Amino acid sequence: MELEKIHYDNKVVKAFIIASVIFGIVGMTVGLLAAIQLFYPIFNFDIQYTSFGRIRPLHTNAVVFAFVGNAMFAGVYYSMQRLLKARMFNDSLSWIHFWGWQLIILAAAITLPLGLTTSKEYAELEWPIDIAIALIWVVFGINMIGTIIMRREKHMYVAIWFYIATFVTVAVLHIVNSLAIPVNLFKSYSIYAGVQDALVQWWYGHNAVAFFLTTPFLGMMYYFLPKAANRPVYSYRLSIIHFWSLIFLYIWAGPHHLLYTALPDWAQSLGVVFSIMLIAPSWGGMLNGLLTLRGAWDRVREDAVLKFMVVAVTAYGMATLEGPLLSLKNVNAIAHFTDWIVAHVHVGGLGWNGFLIFGMLYWLIPRMWATKLYSMKLANVHFWIGTLGIIFYAVPMYIAGVVQSLMWKEFNADGFLVYPNFLETTTQILPMYMLRAIGGGLYLTGVFIMVYNLMKTAAAGKFIANEEVEVAPMVKSAQSEANWHGVLESKPVMFTVLALVAILIGGAIEMVPTFLIKSNIPTIASVKPYTPLELHGRDIYVREGCVSCHSQMVRPFRSEVQRYDPTGAEYSKAGEFVYDHPFLWGSKRTGPDLHRVGSKYADSWHYRHMLTPGDVSTGSIMPAYPWLYDQVINKERTAEKISAMRTIGVPYADGYEELANADLDKQANSIAEALKMEGYETPSDAEIVALIAYLQRLGKDIKSEKVATN
Amino acid sequence: MYKEILQSIENIQIWPIISFCIFFIFFLVLSWWAITVDRKYINEMRQMPLHDADAETDNSNP
Repeated sequence: MELEKIHYDNKVVKAFIIASVIFGIVGMTVGLLAAIQLFYPIFNFDIQYTSFGRIRPLHTNAVVFAFVGNAMFAGVYYSMQRLLKARMFNDSLSWIHFWGWQLIILAAAITLPLGLTTSKEYAELEWPIDIAIALIWVVFGINMIGTIIMRREKHMYVAIWFYIATFVTVAVLHIVNSLAIPVNLFKSYSIYAGVQDALVQWWYGHNAVAFFLTTPFLGMMYYFLPKAANRPVYSYRLSIIHFWSLIFLYIWAGPHHLLYTALPDWAQSLGVVFSIMLIAPSWGGMLNGLLTLRGAWDRVREDAVLKFMVVAVTAYGMATLEGPLLSLKNVNAIAHFTDWIVAHVHVGGLGWNGFLIFGMLYWLIPRMWATKLYSMKLANVHFWIGTLGIIFYAVPMYIAGVVQSLMWKEFNADGFLVYPNFLETTTQILPMYMLRAIGGGLYLTGVFIMVYNLMKTAAAGKFIANEEVEVAPMVKSAQSEANWHGVLESKPVMFTVLALVAILIGGAIEMVPTFLIKSNIPTIASVKPYTPLELHGRDIYVREGCVSCHSQMVRPFRSEVQRYDPTGAEYSKAGEFVYDHPFLWGSKRTGPDLHRVGSKYADSWHYRHMLTPGDVSTGSIMPAYPWLYDQVINKERTAEKISAMRTIGVPYADGYEELANADLDKQANSIAEALKMEGYETPSDAEIVALIAYLQRLGKDIKSEKVATN
Repeated sequence: MYKEILQSIENIQIWPIISFCIFFIFFLVLSWWAITVDRKYINEMRQMPLHDADAETDNSNP
């Protein structure tokens, strides 16, 4: 048989690795800053671009899409070429993909501190960047499918299936969740409102974790772990079941992020059942990974690569057991909105993604530079510092989550809340926040040690930009044609379509009923669209990232109703959110829920509180917002905001956009008047006035409620 | 409140059951296939990462 000489492209892999490491350091540093802000609010610097609400999405986007994303592309480009025995389909596409992705990251790094955000978690970027992401993702897809078609290996190894599933699912998720109506170049409103928006967002949010942080890394696990251990995967049969069950089940489980909310009950139950079933494929995959090392455990003792991978796979197992448990309603009632969830995602992020990346890099760099690792000792030091970092991060967060949640729920013998002041429960856990920052600091230190080690390694070797190999052309093997999966693996396009069908079944059954039937969101007659001033205020609330720390979802628990609405005793109803584009339910309560905050305090309280939170509530960790007092409401935007909202179904009367500013002035003047009476002189067009108007509106409609049932 | 939602969608209780059935049947067929598939094919596939024309070097010691 004639052998053919081909060259694997290592150059683009190298570029993705460098980008991953640089952005990893940036993203983790921003994360560390955010962690410190939570116990020393002075580190918000009283500057809008560095306040917690704005840099928190910068941290999550940087670590998810820049650090983990770039590492994923590096791993995919490296392993795919070798598993398919083909150079990447097109070098230009590889580089368009690389530079396009970095430009998107740059755009995110600029726009998020500027406050340009949709506020939907992990999908914060505004619509022009969303379009760029879709285009670059398609470039990645074409390059991948092209390589698969040009392959010299008849069958696609299981890693490739995971990559295909990643590509198709992320494309679907990103497009569906990002649908929005642009107001202008930098602002858009989600086309979905309230409950629907929440359902779509968490269908996206959950599956972004599944198909951006999990499936590509499982593919990489199935390639790099056998390579590093130098033995085949424990059970290929199990990997087939792992793949199909995982992609089929994952997509259904999104509603478990919305338990006890105003989401319909049946959708919540569906989310719970499928979350529990997810344990099976997840643990199948984990065991498959760990059992691959059978007979090689002696090497785990010395080899840092294997150590990192073992902890990564173990962290995967822990996070995928914890996830389904958290989706049980009784566990969720305690854990949701607390730091427990923060611990959970960081076990996944730091343990599974981070450690798998580190293991991969320690294995890859010496090979790509044709040399030995500079220091296995330093790699081991990194391993231990990183592991300690994870423990110091996660354990305090678990404690903080449970302690605070129990404090929220504790009643005394007379039936009153023991800690009616939310702040008491926050100050109680501040020591845990400090320990968490130490954990993050340790983890980041480990990364610096790795960078030094890898740079030394690269300096000692010579980079192989194009790795030459001799491969045989594709041959048909009769026996593998005999089974249907073998046939499927030789038809990549068909395979891609089937993977798409598998994920669409779940997505459709989960969402179709909510979308088709209007009556599933009971309308409350007293719920009215926001006034123009409140709309501006709401946009400021979105811009400042208030949703990062404040939920707007009073769950139907006695403890929550008594805490947040002692007089009205109303938990949050689906019908209250019908004009909320986007929904702002939030996922974490670092501060109290705000859905019933309207009329709770005087305007002057909010005025003083936003300027000096620590003076108004002693010990508060909320950042100050001094710029809201200088910046003026951009009234030129009022008309386009009203028009955009009407396009997506908010019933503003025709032509109202022309009258809106008059109403705005009227409402703003009355708030400024009221503030003046209490001794706080402020121009009526200051942004703080709009924000106060919005906060005072929250929960007000339901108070004058006469429910008009569907 | 959302008890009414449940009732307002006709036959909504069938959705989770359909969902479960679809997955369960799929899972059974898949498992049956995975168990009965030809061993030679499985072995060929699982060796793939180790035979991908990459320079094999011992990784254990620097």
